[in-house]
Amino acid sequence: MIEKANAVIAEEFEVEVADLTPDADIKATLELDSLSLVDLVALIEETFGVKLKGTDVSGVKTFGALYDFIWERINA
Amino acid sequence: MNRVVITGMGIYSCLGKDLDEVRESLYTGRSGIVFDPARKEMGFRSALTAKLEVPDLKKELSRSQRVYMPEQAKYAYCATAQALKNAGIDQDYLDSHEVGVMYGNDSSAEPVVKAVDTMREKKDTTLVGSGAIFQSMNSTVTMNLACIFKLKGMNLTVSGACASGSHAIGLGALLIRNGLQEMVVCGGAQEVNPFSIGSFDGISAFSVREDNPAAASRPFDRDRDGLVPGGGAATVILESYESAVRRGAPILGEVLGYGFSSNGDHISVPNVDGPARSLRMAIKDAGIDLREIGYINAHATSTPVGDKNEAKAIYDVFGDYRVEVSSTKSQTGHEMWMAGASEIIYSMLMMKNGFIAPNLNFENPDEDSAKLNISGKRVDKHFDIFLSNSFGFGGTNSTLIVKNM
Repeated sequence: MIEKANAVIAEEFEVEVADLTPDADIKATLELDSLSLVDLVALIEETFGVKLKGTDVSGVKTFGALYDFIWERINA
Repeated sequence: MNRVVITGMGIYSCLGKDLDEVRESLYTGRSGIVFDPARKEMGFRSALTAKLEVPDLKKELSRSQRVYMPEQAKYAYCATAQALKNAGIDQDYLDSHEVGVMYGNDSSAEPVVKAVDTMREKKDTTLVGSGAIFQSMNSTVTMNLACIFKLKGMNLTVSGACASGSHAIGLGALLIRNGLQEMVVCGGAQEVNPFSIGSFDGISAFSVREDNPAAASRPFDRDRDGLVPGGGAATVILESYESAVRRGAPILGEVLGYGFSSNGDHISVPNVDGPARSLRMAIKDAGIDLREIGYINAHATSTPVGDKNEAKAIYDVFGDYRVEVSSTKSQTGHEMWMAGASEIIYSMLMMKNGFIAPNLNFENPDEDSAKLNISGKRVDKHFDIFLSNSFGFGGTNSTLIVKNM
């Protein structure tokens, strides 16, 4: 799941997979603002077939926390 | 009143991706029209279109800049970057001056279609993504250019159908003439994807001469059977004469006159009176004798009634003065929202290089075009003033007159 998430995030946001470490800050690494956060939500929805709200992801700070969040949603 | 000059030009069209390529295509009479099999599969009556490649801007712009740009904004970026460079304008200048942007654009169909497809299929607006709203608006070109180049003056899109690009230049010139702006980035952009013109194809406006794409766009020819859709983007940098001299900028031409009118008539069928009034207004505004005009770049799109009525309007205004007339749409197809701006650049390139591009496929005149001086072959001729017509649905007309400098 982590590999899949990293691959699509790296492609969409044009960053290196190597930069997507569990402790890395999502907003800083992906240079996210309030608009591009929508694209991260859409990417997760599309890739993992889950339904989210933008606010669900806005509180998630690191990639490690993001993986946990996606895992929880997939298994919810 | 300030004099208004052109200090930069840039273009991205089916005739080339820069001024040199386009000049060469005009000189040699190369057609940019092709048959697109994908359109036939989509149910188009005519699969003819201008062909140009959507630029990959990954090296020039960040993801966060590109995500808001539809196809035509990418063309406009390329044209504007060229024009600014051409005018000797760098980012420091843009950061420290109130430079405006006024660009013609009258649709952004593809992002709308894609967003609606996603909403219908997925029942989830989030999946449309962050770029869709900004890509979908008519003002998408000016909003993108203003943010990318950090422009601080007038920021406005002109939606005047197929006269949009011409009106944008005319209105930009008025802002400078009246001292409200010193410099305005003006132009026109047109998307080329099939979604943008499917409904236009649906009213049988396009040529169906699919067996010979290069012969399909034949403005003023007796056997014309409709237009061919095209697109891209064209940018001119308009500036007050004083500002250009102060900067030591290259002064390429002067916008002498702007005329406009509305037909007050049918939504798609043009008349003669409206265009004739636009021509007369531009000539009066320019303060010249019409015999000083050495070339007319006609709107003529290759539709039966449009070309006929424009020929009548030109004859009505110019009478026995048989100035050279041609339509560059014979090479480019109809560049619609872009056309009024691109045709200023095509005409400028011809004026600067002493020739008039061939009105391709002009083999036999009809009774109205026979009264005009149109050549199917290139004419090598020096001229210092040209007039450019642009007319659009709803009866909107725009005429610009430009002098060589």
